Amino acid sequence: MKPDSLIEIDHVVFGYDRSRTILNDVSLAFARGKVTAILGGSGCGKTTLLRLIGGVHAPNSGRVVFDGEVVDTADQQALFRLRRRLGMLFQFGALFTDLTVFENVAFPLREHTDLPEALIRDIVLMKLNAVGLRGAAPLRISEVSGGMARRIALARAIALDPELIMYDEPFAGLDPISMGVAANLIRKLNDSTNATSLIVSHDVQECFLICDYAYLLSSQGRVVAHGTPDALNASEHPEVRQFIRGEPDGPVRFHYPAAPLAQDLGIGA
Amino acid sequence: MSMNWIATLGRVALQWLHSLGHAAFFFVDVLRRCPAALRRFSLVVAQVHAIGNLSLVIIVASGLAVGFVLALQMYYALVKYGAAESLGLIVNLALVRELGPVVTALLFAGRAGTSLTAEIGLMKAGEQLAAMEMMAIDPKVRVLAPRFIGGIVSMPILAALFSAIGILGAYVVAVLLIGVDSGNFWSIMQNSVDVWRDVGNGIVKSAVFGVICTAVALYQGYETKATPEGVAYATTRTVVVSSLAVLGMDFILTALMFSTP
Repeated sequence: MKPDSLIEIDHVVFGYDRSRTILNDVSLAFARGKVTAILGGSGCGKTTLLRLIGGVHAPNSGRVVFDGEVVDTADQQALFRLRRRLGMLFQFGALFTDLTVFENVAFPLREHTDLPEALIRDIVLMKLNAVGLRGAAPLRISEVSGGMARRIALARAIALDPELIMYDEPFAGLDPISMGVAANLIRKLNDSTNATSLIVSHDVQECFLICDYAYLLSSQGRVVAHGTPDALNASEHPEVRQFIRGEPDGPVRFHYPAAPLAQDLGIGA
Repeated sequence: MSMNWIATLGRVALQWLHSLGHAAFFFVDVLRRCPAALRRFSLVVAQVHAIGNLSLVIIVASGLAVGFVLALQMYYALVKYGAAESLGLIVNLALVRELGPVVTALLFAGRAGTSLTAEIGLMKAGEQLAAMEMMAIDPKVRVLAPRFIGGIVSMPILAALFSAIGILGAYVVAVLLIGVDSGNFWSIMQNSVDVWRDVGNGIVKSAVFGVICTAVALYQGYETKATPEGVAYATTRTVVVSSLAVLGMDFILTALMFSTP
């Protein structure tokens, strides 16, 4: 393991069932204190990678190493110890709909600490202030917008000051202003807390604005390229160029594999 | 052709056994987490309120209706044989031994069971359970076990209430409307109903049904596919599986408890 890596994915192969391999011999390393982006089209295994790091699934082969310790999904206690060191922002927030905004952020603090109520209140208000939503503390989750929900989920993810923050599609479905705010927030949080951040996304430009390093995954679940945003922008690799520029033609096919259209429509036979 | 038929039967049987084993593991898993959930007593109390208190209206209304009808039907049948004075006893035994536990369990599956399945299914669909796991919080301790205990505590109380309200309903119809002797109505109950054999077994039955209904509801919710159709299918299965399991178990328990005269 590289000394500056917090997480190392070592020759990981994974599929939810035998019929399809999602990640195909993937090796990645995420440096401490840096913002790393994992880019790729829909269904290429980006979110699956986060789940493997969190120990939700075990790789079919290969290993995931977190701070020198192999993630073992069979040992629940070790897994929970590891998970206390990370925070995850889910794509749609995954907020608890029966709780208020305040209670959602307070949830991990109440579950994992014996802090007095006054201190919990102060921490929650500080976290909500960091995402600009201190005033929304008494609201119910049904009363907040999608973008606000994402920020509340971020406040909850950082409630325990984790060493690693994983963001699953943090920019999906956000308006341009919210997207810019979210991107800046991720960078600022990473720098101010000295955490390590992983962003899974297909929003290339937003990610390149804030990340230190990026990996590009192909639809076959392989690492196509990796490097700094500048290096990837300058890459002549056809798949990298197609993805970064959003070109319809190139090595990545738009259509899911199928029989010829004429055959399916029953014409020209 | 016949081999295909046998193979299909074998596959279905194996799948059924696999599901049964999976459900059994789930049940043991939740049971193991009950002591941890009991240490968070406020969570259990909240669930007793959500599962028990909020089911009171349907239980009380149904108990009253069943008591009314039971008294009326029994009176018409008994009066033909000059045995109308046995009305109180028959109503009481029917309620505390059978109708109380069984009808309450069926209503419980329909009201609280579906609510549990839908709630947990939607939590799963909204990734709330996954979020808890990623926060190093075991959803089986935080979400499932308190609901399981809440169901087991609530069910016998609801069944006892159903029987008590049913008897009061029968009293209203038999004594106040038809004119059966009030002293006779109560005294025959006191003389012939045994606290342990009749009432006690009724409570044991309802506790067993509470375990069945709550476990089925939680399992269906936890294993639901995270789609609207998946949640709809899971809630339906909760009612069907719970009801069939309660009716089947009722026959077994009745045979065990009341086989000797």
